[in-house]
Amino acid sequence: MTGAPLRVDGVSHQYGRITALRDVSLEIAPASLTGLIGPDGVGKSTLLGLLTGAKQLQSGRIDVFGGDIGRFSHRRRIAHRIAFMPQGLGKNLYPELSVHENLDFFGRLFVHDDAHRDARIRHLLTATGLAPFPNRPAANLSGGMKQKLGLCCALIHDPDLLVLDEPTTGIDPLSRQQFWELIASIRRSRPHITMVVATAQMDEAAHFDSLVAIADGQILCSGTPAQITARTATDSLEDAYRRLQVNSRPAEPLIVPPQDDGEDEEIISAYGLTRKFGDFVAVDDVSFSISRGEIFGFLGSNGCGKSTTMKILTGLLPASAGEAFMLGRPVDAHDLEARRHVGYMSQAFSLYGELSVRQNLNLHARIFEIPPAERRRRVNELIDRFGLTDCAAIRADALPLGLRQRLSLGVAVIHEPSVLILDEPTSGVDPEARDDFWRLLIELSRRDGVTIFLSTHFMAEAERCDRVSLMHDGRVLACDTPARLIAEASADTLEEAFIAKLKEGEPAGTSAPIGMPEASTEQAGHALFSLERLTAFTRRETIEVLRDPVRLAFAVFGPALLMIVFCFGISLDIEDLDFAVFDLSQSPESRAYVSAIEGSRYFNPTAPLTSPEEGRQRLIDGKVSLVVEIPPGFGRKHLTGSPVDVMATVDGAIPFKGETVEGYVAGLHESYLAEQRLERGLDEARPARIETRFRYNQSFESIAAIAPAMPAILLIMLPAILAATSIARERELGSIVNFYVTPTNRVEFLVGKQLPYMAIAFVNFLLMAAMADWAFGVPLKGALTPVIVGAFLFVWASTAFGLVVSTLTSSQVAAVFATALASIIPTIQFSGLLQPVSTLEGGARIIGSLWPASYFLHLNVGAFTKGLGWEGLLPDIAALAVFGPAFTVIAACAMRGQER
Amino acid sequence: MARLRRILWLGLKEMISLSRDWVMLGLLAYSFTFGLIMEATGTSTSVNNASIAFVDEDGSPLSRALAAAFMAPEFQPVEYIAAAEANRAMDRDRYLFIVAVPPSFEADILAGRSPEIQVQVDATAMEQAGIGAGYIQNILAAEILRFSASPVGARSPRVNLVLHSAFNPNRDTVKFQSIVSLISHITMLTIILTGAALIREREHGTIEHLLALPVTPFDIAIAKIWANGAIVLVVSTLSLLMIVEGVLQVRIEGSRLLFLTGAALYMFSATALGTFLATIARSMAQFALLIILTIMPMQMLSGGDTPVEGQPDWLQPLTLILPSRHFISFSQAIIYKGAGIENVWDEFLAVTVLGLALLAGSLALFRRSITLVD
Repeated sequence: MTGAPLRVDGVSHQYGRITALRDVSLEIAPASLTGLIGPDGVGKSTLLGLLTGAKQLQSGRIDVFGGDIGRFSHRRRIAHRIAFMPQGLGKNLYPELSVHENLDFFGRLFVHDDAHRDARIRHLLTATGLAPFPNRPAANLSGGMKQKLGLCCALIHDPDLLVLDEPTTGIDPLSRQQFWELIASIRRSRPHITMVVATAQMDEAAHFDSLVAIADGQILCSGTPAQITARTATDSLEDAYRRLQVNSRPAEPLIVPPQDDGEDEEIISAYGLTRKFGDFVAVDDVSFSISRGEIFGFLGSNGCGKSTTMKILTGLLPASAGEAFMLGRPVDAHDLEARRHVGYMSQAFSLYGELSVRQNLNLHARIFEIPPAERRRRVNELIDRFGLTDCAAIRADALPLGLRQRLSLGVAVIHEPSVLILDEPTSGVDPEARDDFWRLLIELSRRDGVTIFLSTHFMAEAERCDRVSLMHDGRVLACDTPARLIAEASADTLEEAFIAKLKEGEPAGTSAPIGMPEASTEQAGHALFSLERLTAFTRRETIEVLRDPVRLAFAVFGPALLMIVFCFGISLDIEDLDFAVFDLSQSPESRAYVSAIEGSRYFNPTAPLTSPEEGRQRLIDGKVSLVVEIPPGFGRKHLTGSPVDVMATVDGAIPFKGETVEGYVAGLHESYLAEQRLERGLDEARPARIETRFRYNQSFESIAAIAPAMPAILLIMLPAILAATSIARERELGSIVNFYVTPTNRVEFLVGKQLPYMAIAFVNFLLMAAMADWAFGVPLKGALTPVIVGAFLFVWASTAFGLVVSTLTSSQVAAVFATALASIIPTIQFSGLLQPVSTLEGGARIIGSLWPASYFLHLNVGAFTKGLGWEGLLPDIAALAVFGPAFTVIAACAMRGQER
Repeated sequence: MARLRRILWLGLKEMISLSRDWVMLGLLAYSFTFGLIMEATGTSTSVNNASIAFVDEDGSPLSRALAAAFMAPEFQPVEYIAAAEANRAMDRDRYLFIVAVPPSFEADILAGRSPEIQVQVDATAMEQAGIGAGYIQNILAAEILRFSASPVGARSPRVNLVLHSAFNPNRDTVKFQSIVSLISHITMLTIILTGAALIREREHGTIEHLLALPVTPFDIAIAKIWANGAIVLVVSTLSLLMIVEGVLQVRIEGSRLLFLTGAALYMFSATALGTFLATIARSMAQFALLIILTIMPMQMLSGGDTPVEGQPDWLQPLTLILPSRHFISFSQAIIYKGAGIENVWDEFLAVTVLGLALLAGSLALFRRSITLVD
């Protein structure tokens, strides 16, 4: 089976209206190293995603190891033979986990026994030179180390097919060299392994067995590197690729005219700049100076401190130490005037994607207060000069990357600055677009005398600068013209010079690659369901939650905090209401009547009224909730038994409060009359006595109902949100690809990630139950065991509900709000909190009875306040037992096993 | 002047951005139309469709007349159960109220023996239990009185209580709930819109880009506040006129202009709160969690859903620092009671001062928050 080639046959792929791949067919020989070459955005990553089964095949067929990768059963069978490292530094790693924990997680997915796994991890770490830092979190590794760790994780299960997507983009040249040495040693020790690598860097592709050049979703040509250069009659692959592009212009060589001499005015200078983030030193004692009209480059890998230095110069970040001058003035974040002379283009595309090209230019012109006539002229000129005429009305985020970069540059020069600071302005664009961009830069520098300070991780680009500064780990290794740097290191290229400088700083021999360990004899990972894989996800999720202070705080304290707020907030026991009297009788009898109201715990008197209008005003102001008006002659009529009306006006704006106040008044009135009758010795019995008994809660305090309801309300929402975000987070960060390409099945993935949140939610429940008793005086009157069983079933249901929502949402924010919206309404309105389920009608009744919170709320109120035991609570427990498994099944069915 | 123009343009940029964000537009449109209508008509806080059972051990014409007196919409049709079932039925939540008429009840009344009729109330149903018990007592008393029609003693006091309900005599819960919902949607959307706009700029790096231009954090914050505040103000005005007054037929007693002026002031403090929360959160996901932990308590404690008077005494003064409490209070005064500026100026002032404090807080944290992105 290993001998079967990979065969791609007529594969096309669309993202909405954008076509990523167009009828691609190719064959990859077993045990070869094949490269997919081409700049960003041509469809390389899509093709690799399809090849590994991470992406869902839309049309065409791909055979891997003698079977159709589009078939679920085949994917399952071969998943353990494939390893995939997606694009982006450390994309398949878990940043919070340490080096060892990352490897351990991947090891567990493939069910190795402990001893075996440990041996293999140790071997891989030694081979890649990572052995000295097993406990360092992946987030704190350098780009090169991240990629090595990513490779280790891909190799842990000894795959037959290794797929690497731009593994060396953005890492320093020494690490890059070491990475390829590592790949070579793997191929030596495991000769049958097939490797497919995508790269945008043509120089490294020259060493591959065969190449497939891709442009615009189509294959331009394939063959060995020598065949390709021969066919295009070029010297280098980069030129060959350019020649192959369909509508390529004849390659004009880009020549940087020499800088005019004589201008030695210092425009930017930095002395001992240092910037620390906590313990991490991002920029370490950096000094340099740039003179007028110069193109000055910072060359270094991602995360070496280039961007941070640039941010310090623009005043975005304060320096921890050292000083910097721009145009002869010290850099100061509050100096708005200085910013008028500087144009800045930050690393990521940072224009407003929703605005059109012209709107973006206009907005920035307005910010710089360019007068309208001048503004129109400038904007038109820039659109014309930067070749944006055809797309002036198009939204910026709909533009291809190359045009966007030009727009960013246009925006940065709209105010004709004398200094331009460009942070990685050309990363990701194809060579042709990069050359176009450079022509603009050269024009700005040589014609307009603009000083340009740019950063890059491309050697070819750095070679075009007047002077470059080689950066690594926050330090400047060397700073001079490219020619002198090369000469000084007696190297042939700038890259070699850089590597030589890097080696000076590094203790020798730390990462000399040694042979890769032999394959483990056991080939595991076939089992349809594996408890070990499930617990691997549980372990990892637990570690991640414990290391994320915000999520942990939300998970642990959120429910308790909200319970306190709700218990105090939702109180329906209204007392101490202010009322006022307009007493026209002023008799002992009227005063007695008023004092009956005053004497109750419900009402507090306020100053007596002098007119009915005043009473109305006080009601409007909300100063009183009740106005009592006693008519003239009340005392006399009262004594003689002639009928007399007392007027009580209640603030009815809030219906519930109004009704409650009316009830209080009516009750007080009745008891006043009864007292009067007693006083006068009239034992004139009423025909019947009506005895009202408030069951379960004699004192009728709302806390007795609210406190036990809280676990149901809060534990449906918060754990569901956490479970939903944990899945959405993997989608957002991209690590979900590990689920797509490993033998993990949906239940293992979902339930594995759900378990920690279930445990947290269960602890929350115990905490809330304890709070109900100790803080709010609502102890459990009924049986404990059924409550525990119910709580367990309920947290299962609520976290599984979160999983269901997560299958429908792609971002964490959407997961939070969708879960909150989907759970709040049925919980608050239809689960019996405000209105007992027995009083609901129609749709509300149906929703209420299909929602787990209804049963858990009922169970808790029953157990805490009504004091019920097993027998009374069993129906609720039985209902709750259905939800968890049902939601889990729904989530597993709705979860996609591949990316679209 | 130049600065004002900058703020104006930055704000207009916000509006263009929002006009292309279909998700947010959808959320706005839904909340202020269907969401509002559903909430306003979906719940009733007064007794409605309450379940009631009779344990009729008398079986007389009187006891049947008593049962027949309970009618819709307040009550479901009365069900008859046996005395032995009563406890169990209430444990199971089958009935909220159970009325027990003892044997020979009618005969005892006729004989003047003043028998006792028992009403059991499930006190765990807080909103319905208290009010419903009052209803039941009144209904039973009236029926029994009519049956016995005993003459009243000559010298007994005949004081009659005439109850008026000012402002909302019909106990119209739609009127109440529609305004409460409108207010809570205003709060939620203003905070989410402003906060999300700020965090999105930070995550896309555009805020950094802006700060490298001659723009101060103050300009950015004010632009967001006026633009998002204006958007929500326009949408909520439309909702008030078209949904609350139009579809739900709620009458607004006071001046619309006064209410909208107050709403604009509140919008200022809510946008400032949104900005404040966004400067604390490091990512959109954290912002979302933070929103849950702040908006829900705010809504709960501001007196919209349950009266502020129900809170413990120590808590009531503390909730005065919530802008939403003042907003709810003056909105209710204007809309239900027809209050004028002389009644609500102090609350307008409170909302403004709180907004200024929040704005000052978020500006203080603004620059620091940008460096947190990485």
